[in-house]
Amino acid sequence: MIVAVIELQEGKNGTITEIRGGCGVQNQLRSIGIRESKDIFVVTRHPFRGPVVVRIDGKMISLGRGLASRIMVELAD
Amino acid sequence: MKKIVLMGNPNVGKSVVFSRLTGTHVITSNFPGTTVDYSQGTTCLDKERVFIIDAPGTYSLNPSNPAEEVSSRILNEADLVVNVVDATNLERNLILTLDLISRGIPLLVVLNLWDEAKHTGVEIDVRRLEELLGVPVIPTVAVTGEGIADLASYLYKSVPLPPHESWTEDEKWVRIGHITSEVQTITHRHHTLRDLISDVTIKPVTGIPIAFFVILVSLWAVIFAGESIITYVSDPIFAYYLPFITQFSEWLGPGFVQQVLIGELIDGQIDFEQSMGILTTGLFVPFGIVLPYVIVFYILAALLEDSGYLPRLATLTDTFFHRVGMHGYGIVPVFLGLGCNVPGILATRVLETRKQRFIAATLIAISVPCMAKTAMIFGTLGQYGALYILMVIVVLALVYVTIGAILSRILQGECPEIFLEIPPYRKPRLNMVLKKTWMRLVAFIAEAVPYLFLGVLLVNILYATGFLSWFGDLLSPLIVGWLGLPKEASAALLTGFLRKDLAIGMLLPLNMTPGQLVVAVTTLTMYFPCAGAFAVLYRELGFSGLVKSVFVMVCAAFFVGGMMRFILIGM
Repeated sequence: MIVAVIELQEGKNGTITEIRGGCGVQNQLRSIGIRESKDIFVVTRHPFRGPVVVRIDGKMISLGRGLASRIMVELAD
Repeated sequence: MKKIVLMGNPNVGKSVVFSRLTGTHVITSNFPGTTVDYSQGTTCLDKERVFIIDAPGTYSLNPSNPAEEVSSRILNEADLVVNVVDATNLERNLILTLDLISRGIPLLVVLNLWDEAKHTGVEIDVRRLEELLGVPVIPTVAVTGEGIADLASYLYKSVPLPPHESWTEDEKWVRIGHITSEVQTITHRHHTLRDLISDVTIKPVTGIPIAFFVILVSLWAVIFAGESIITYVSDPIFAYYLPFITQFSEWLGPGFVQQVLIGELIDGQIDFEQSMGILTTGLFVPFGIVLPYVIVFYILAALLEDSGYLPRLATLTDTFFHRVGMHGYGIVPVFLGLGCNVPGILATRVLETRKQRFIAATLIAISVPCMAKTAMIFGTLGQYGALYILMVIVVLALVYVTIGAILSRILQGECPEIFLEIPPYRKPRLNMVLKKTWMRLVAFIAEAVPYLFLGVLLVNILYATGFLSWFGDLLSPLIVGWLGLPKEASAALLTGFLRKDLAIGMLLPLNMTPGQLVVAVTTLTMYFPCAGAFAVLYRELGFSGLVKSVFVMVCAAFFVGGMMRFILIGM
């Protein structure tokens, strides 16, 4: 099943299939290491529309909700 | 002179490499994007002087924020580029390396954080990486100096041009994938205590209570240690100083010179807090009261920065800062502004858009009290009990939230979201912490002392020429009628342009009620930035931004002051 990172529960992980959005967003995310076919793990989600913290290649990254809703992942079972 | 430019992703240790190479002291910390401005220095290599520039961190060469634009511009003048790469995160760092290769400038790659990489189970075949990239690669641990001699020996050799290659975006990723799979072996490692602490401090359920705890402990440490320094160091020093200055004062005899240097005698004695002379109050306020707190604050700030806690705090406070038009990065200027507003306002550059920077800078100047203000708030109100101090702090916090929320709604412009890498926790190094504290103290003293002397001098001249009482009459509808303060308080308001601590100190001899003092202190804190902050606001926001910002401040200060007057003093 393919969902956006924003929909993943804490402690879940998946493989990135697509980054939605313009060239700017794609470059911004890719250059920090968020790219297609990478494994992404949700460390925590902050309440009240707060950021999502993910781990990718052993690095932790805080993402705003808008960015987190542009990253599509294939859910791991 | 040969120009060497250091480039790399944020938070990979460029500034440490820079200070190792040049011996210059620059501020480094464990927060991405600390170097927003660039530093430059020269160093002697094999009897030849070279010019070294430490560029701000950048992920790629497509400029997407001010720091990256600066980097890209500097690059055009480089004779040699030293690309500092984070060995623990090779894949992501290589995108910039490939961008640099396609620029066709002689290039060296420095694999920094080599020790941390080994520690986390990452092994890199350096020779193979050199072959694949076609440029020299040098592993280093900049904080300890390991590998720096190697690097220096390369700097004066002529480094060959990198192979002439360029790729499309997609080709770059393919190439990077190929390189990393060839040179890098990652051994899986078990979760360590550090990972556990890392997780616990960023999850809201545990992280928020921990953040409150950290902030409270820091506050307590600043107050406790600051007071201890005052009791055991500065008070005794000034007690030794008193007989000398008293003798000097008697030698001078009454007159204008005594008035300026020594000031008013209180009951025939010099009173360091109230006399208002350059050599009495002018020395006592910055060194006797403010400096002890500033020292402790900067040590703590350095510890929090270097450990890597700040980016976690930024994530935890993101939801709050989002409401006032910023995002989690907003914590950095606030945090530095608590020490001194000048570096606080400079740090607003970590925010991406003009709108966010305007909000951040204005809010700092209005309602983030620097250590000088804080020390004087405690100094003037402390004798009446903690409740009055708390009142001022709560009002300032409410002002921050309210004005932030209003500005974020009425101002045009974008408010991008948080997008921040959380670095691993690193053990702060004592020498780095001390060095950083020292540099900031020197900057603080250089900033504070001239304005204090000027302030004292100005007050005395204005007093002697009768301007102050004229000005007091002029402002009396506002000061007496609206704020309910004695007419003489306008002198403090005027001095507040130069130094806030001095101005708040001038309120002491006026025999006001605690309620009046709270109103006066709050208004003084908010109404206008001190000269130093004013200058840096102008630099960061431009003339029209400065005017807007000051307008917001003046309106807010007198509105809030008036409201507090009705609540605390009555009609």
